[in-house]
Amino acid sequence: MKNINNTNNNKNLSDNPFYDPSLTQRHKSARRFKIFTITCIAFALSFLVFFLGDMITKGLPAFQQSYMQIDVTYNDQTIASTRKAIDKKYRRIVSRAWLRNIPKMVQESPELMATTQSTWVLVNHQVDQYMKDHYYKIKNKELKIIEDMKAQGKIQLQFNSIFFTQGDSKIPENSGLKSSIIGSILTLLVTMVVAFPMGVMTAVYLEEFADDNRWTQFIEVNINNLAAIPSILFGLLGLAVFINLFGMPRSSPLVGGLTLALMTLPIIIVSSRAALRSVPDSIRQAGYGLGLTKVQVVQDHVIPLAFPGIMTGSIIGLAQAMGETAPLIIIGMIAFIPDSPGSIFEAATVMPAQIFTWAGMPERAYVERTAAGIMVLLSILISLNALAIILRKKFEVKW
Amino acid sequence: MKAFESKKRHNEIKEQLIKVCLITAASISILTTFGVLFSIIFEAIEFFQMRSFWYFISGTEWSPGVADSKFGALPIFSGTFIITLIAMAVALPIGLGSAIFMSEYASPKLRSKLKPLLEILAGIPTVVYGFFAAITVAPFIVNFFSMLGIQASFNSALASGIVMGIMIIPVISSLSDDVIRAVPDSQRKASLALGMTMSETIKHIVLPSALPGIISATILGISKALGETMIVVMAAGLRPNLSWNILEDMTTVTVRIVDALVGDHEFDSPDTLSAFALGLVLFIVTLILNVISVALIRKFKEKYKINTL
Repeated sequence: MKNINNTNNNKNLSDNPFYDPSLTQRHKSARRFKIFTITCIAFALSFLVFFLGDMITKGLPAFQQSYMQIDVTYNDQTIASTRKAIDKKYRRIVSRAWLRNIPKMVQESPELMATTQSTWVLVNHQVDQYMKDHYYKIKNKELKIIEDMKAQGKIQLQFNSIFFTQGDSKIPENSGLKSSIIGSILTLLVTMVVAFPMGVMTAVYLEEFADDNRWTQFIEVNINNLAAIPSILFGLLGLAVFINLFGMPRSSPLVGGLTLALMTLPIIIVSSRAALRSVPDSIRQAGYGLGLTKVQVVQDHVIPLAFPGIMTGSIIGLAQAMGETAPLIIIGMIAFIPDSPGSIFEAATVMPAQIFTWAGMPERAYVERTAAGIMVLLSILISLNALAIILRKKFEVKW
Repeated sequence: MKAFESKKRHNEIKEQLIKVCLITAASISILTTFGVLFSIIFEAIEFFQMRSFWYFISGTEWSPGVADSKFGALPIFSGTFIITLIAMAVALPIGLGSAIFMSEYASPKLRSKLKPLLEILAGIPTVVYGFFAAITVAPFIVNFFSMLGIQASFNSALASGIVMGIMIIPVISSLSDDVIRAVPDSQRKASLALGMTMSETIKHIVLPSALPGIISATILGISKALGETMIVVMAAGLRPNLSWNILEDMTTVTVRIVDALVGDHEFDSPDTLSAFALGLVLFIVTLILNVISVALIRKFKEKYKINTL
């Protein structure tokens, strides 16, 4: 019965003068094409998920660090030679950085002097990697001690506060992000102080004051080109002009900030212009009607109304400047900076540059620190962008 | 009355002053562009006074830092070209496919969710991509090809090219999506009414109309790939290598610029100045690409009388 029906159908179809025998094929091809486009976007998004997952699984262990509970003796002798503060068998387990810190600890709390305390001490990165089930290189003798201590619960993972309170270090377990975070803040401060007023003023000029002449067009073409120049070339500019010509200090947040300011400028200009353009002309006309001058209209009415939009664009520009690395490498901001910079003239490093430096370190322990640094950087960037979106949603005016 | 006059005068001076300030600020952007250009050109000229320009363009040996140093940039250009090619081979189909899905198939609600998600890819700092390329993608490629019995380098052009391509996806998809959506709906409706399937409409009607915009997006992507630094510094090699084998290590213009300028070199040596010669080439090429891209978009806008793009 079914069969007959089918042939009937076919017969009817071929009677139809508009019947296209290739139709099934064409529909199939249409479906294939749609599936192709879905696959494309699915690939891009699944990459994003995979990538973030990869960074998190690699970086999460760095937020914990292994500590061991042992007796530490504080007296004149151990301050002179800090290695003697602990039992000889632990010397290859405890971190050198922690031992080096003993005189400072005694100075801060003198009551420790001439006592023996049972303390949680930082262990070195190989032991830490062992505790985290990563690849490690430890001699059998020490391994036995560690396993004993682990069984007694005297060696365990604790929250890694060093990562946020210390600067860079050649000893992996003692290295942290602090100096680079402060370097980033100083650099971005310079960037915003320069780029924000300059960008907004340029935008105000182009939108509100400029006549449509050759000079204006030239400026516009220039801003367009500025946005397309590869970032590394701004580093060459910083090196040739700011450092060699003006003699500003190399590796300093001042030079880094100025270089990034030039890069951020087009972003701020473009978004500020869009914000100014969205303020309806009726506001301006009303101002003129009441006898205000052009400057008064712009200053008291147009800019305040466009301000949320200007802020949104500037925050996005700031986020982009924060992740930039290449030009800063060229002007020397990848120097080894253990202490936080105190001013914008001192040598400093920034977060992405710190990530780059750690990524090049041979010790396995730096891999997790690099990934953890990336997690911190990405969360700051995501918060900045979220702030921009919230600002836009909250203050957006539909005219 | 007199007080009013003087206040008016005072205001006029203030207005003029503010206007001058604004013009000065606007001119800074021009100063910057020329600052970049001249700072590179002067150092590059100094380099070409020491070394032959023709050998730089056509020579195949790049060996700085030795007594008889040679600066033939051809292998560096070829490495840059190949890595860019790989990046575009990844970014173009995926970016364009995503753009077509977002503009033609997805509902407006879905599109408004997908677009910002894709743009996260553009917001990730390149140093992060570099780390990912070096630590995850490169070992994967080495392992994968060694299973097939082929040896691949840990600094292969393929690894950095693929990751760079992923970075460029949003550049292509975002602009292409805008352009495809700007194609007038009447064209689609006419085609569908004539019995074309959705995919035929897209392939034969929409895409050809949007072609200038898509080419413009592609050029922008290429320009971005050429200037990309961190991914190649971290994942590609340092060795100038004139080869077509994408599994070998290769170097790029940006890598050699960084390599020449990092560390303490004397500033007037040809080793350091070579970075500026390479920078000049990069500047000129990206500038030309940008000009073409802008011209194409303008043509597209004029054709369909679009003001917002």
